[in-house]
Amino acid sequence: MLARGGLRLEGLVKRFGDVEAVAGVHLELPPGQLISFLGPSGCGKTTMLRMIAGLERPTEGRVYLDEQDITDKPPHVRDIGMVFQTLALFPHLTVAGNIGYPMRIRGVPKQDIEARVEELLGLVSLHGLGDRRISQLSGGQRQRVATARALALEPRLFLLDEPLSALDANLREQLQVELRLLQQKLGITTIMVTHDQREAMTMSDLVVVMNQGRIEQIGEPLDVYRRPETPFVASFIGRTNLLRGQVTDGEVRIVGRPFDVDRPVASGPITLSVRPEDAHLQTTTTPERNALPGRVVFVRDLGELFECYVDCGLDEPVVVAGSPRERVEVQQGQPVSVAFPREACVVVAET
Amino acid sequence: MSEIRRPTRGTWAVLAFPLAMLAIFFLAPFAIMVATSFYHRIEGGFYEPAFELASWERLLHGVFIERTLFSIGICLLAGAVCIVIAFPFTYFLTRMRRRSHVALLVLIMSALALSEVIVGFAWTVLLGRSAGISNILVWAGVMNEPAAYQPSFLAVLLGLCYIAFPYCILALYPQLTRLDPELTEAAQTMGASPWRTFWTVVVPIGRPIIMAGFLLAFVFTLGSYLIPAFLGRPEHWTLSVFISDQATFNANVPFAAAMALFLTVLSLGVVGVVTWFEGRTRGVA
Repeated sequence: MLARGGLRLEGLVKRFGDVEAVAGVHLELPPGQLISFLGPSGCGKTTMLRMIAGLERPTEGRVYLDEQDITDKPPHVRDIGMVFQTLALFPHLTVAGNIGYPMRIRGVPKQDIEARVEELLGLVSLHGLGDRRISQLSGGQRQRVATARALALEPRLFLLDEPLSALDANLREQLQVELRLLQQKLGITTIMVTHDQREAMTMSDLVVVMNQGRIEQIGEPLDVYRRPETPFVASFIGRTNLLRGQVTDGEVRIVGRPFDVDRPVASGPITLSVRPEDAHLQTTTTPERNALPGRVVFVRDLGELFECYVDCGLDEPVVVAGSPRERVEVQQGQPVSVAFPREACVVVAET
Repeated sequence: MSEIRRPTRGTWAVLAFPLAMLAIFFLAPFAIMVATSFYHRIEGGFYEPAFELASWERLLHGVFIERTLFSIGICLLAGAVCIVIAFPFTYFLTRMRRRSHVALLVLIMSALALSEVIVGFAWTVLLGRSAGISNILVWAGVMNEPAAYQPSFLAVLLGLCYIAFPYCILALYPQLTRLDPELTEAAQTMGASPWRTFWTVVVPIGRPIIMAGFLLAFVFTLGSYLIPAFLGRPEHWTLSVFISDQATFNANVPFAAAMALFLTVLSLGVVGVVTWFEGRTRGVA
């Protein structure tokens, strides 16, 4: 079978009055994968999803699903399944009534609906709950009903708008895994909107990081984490230390000290990103290359994680993190050095 | 978890004023009316305290039973017409842009400022022969000569619907603005056209408020006596017209009081039956 659910966005723009929510997005998404739109609130990720669903008309640009232009199609003929942020379960219907709704609308024969509803209830582990009212379900169960309902017609595209945001942290992590396994099992093209980088990293094949209506970076989750291309991506996905300095005659200097970085750079101001877990604490006060002298400001030992804040003369203290096993015994106020290995120094901005 | 506390002295003090107002301006007049319905009527004049069932017995005459059934019938019909128009209207109103929907709402609510007398007169003119809408049709060449559409059953129904319509919207509006737009969007992503979304999601979810709006319109029109008097022949008069007739023209206050009580009990009964029926069938569909 030909892989279905390939999506292409061409020059998508959405303006609400003077506000440009989505500012010219080009994107080609492969079928069968789970893609996350990740960004802070107001970055345009939900508007993008709504344009793909047909719930919002693009001001400019086209949407193609399997090479077919669907820009002008209303949502009900788009062959999509969507889980909304509020889940949007129908309070007047039972669990089975909700899951069977899309099939009733399409005129599927009654006994087929019943069989398929049973099948879907099994798929989301809700055996025997078909007769319950929505108000009798827990948050996690409601989420599963919404998922089953959206998948009932085996749509080409499965859209998730912050699908787990109403749940508490533990349950959310559990359902992230469940949803991802379900998506892999069905091989359905899925687009998820989220502001939670952990969620995006747990579930996605591909992460699209958005900011202010534009795409900042696209890539596999770990790639985006390891090799952020902009300061925004570096600080939005996980935590990072941004080291600002100057390049003169091909040499990078941060707070006056020489640094080797992961690639050749041009002269001018430069920003490096180094993840806290890639930085190392040293008790020496005479640092070598790729290290900064400083003073310990604060030590945090969380048991599973050890963190040290060091004032190195930058705008903000440098954070060094590691497992407690590699803990270096330091005191508050103690002079130390922080080393930044060359391969961990990712250039995120230069002139 | 909120704990239900026993009312303190302070709570009673706060409640005392509204309770007193209720007692003075509602319970007391109502009690007087109950008493009056048993008073003795003095022919051609006034009435005196007594205890007799004459007024109540008169209610059992065929003509009043027939009028009662007619009143309930026409008011149920008016309520139904109102809600059938008002529900989709209010729904689409709440889906409009905020500014335009507030403007429309204000316009409709301004009709509430008109007294029933003015509304009644306006409709007698509009539906009349000399200056009514049929004149426009004649002028446009659709009709040969102007016609009078009142007094008639349809004219009464139209007038009742006109006065109850804004109240219907008022009853529906708050709930419908709160209807989560994601519910209808979800239906559309699942293949339902806007029309099917309306019937399969909006109407079933709105069922309790549809019932509430319908009952409001029913009770409200049941109390109208000017509209049927203006726009109908005596055979289109509702019980309310007879009550005002007995009280003001025939000066038979005990009988008017008995009829008014009878109407109150009956309309409460209809409300009860409809609510019971609604509760019983909900969730079955």
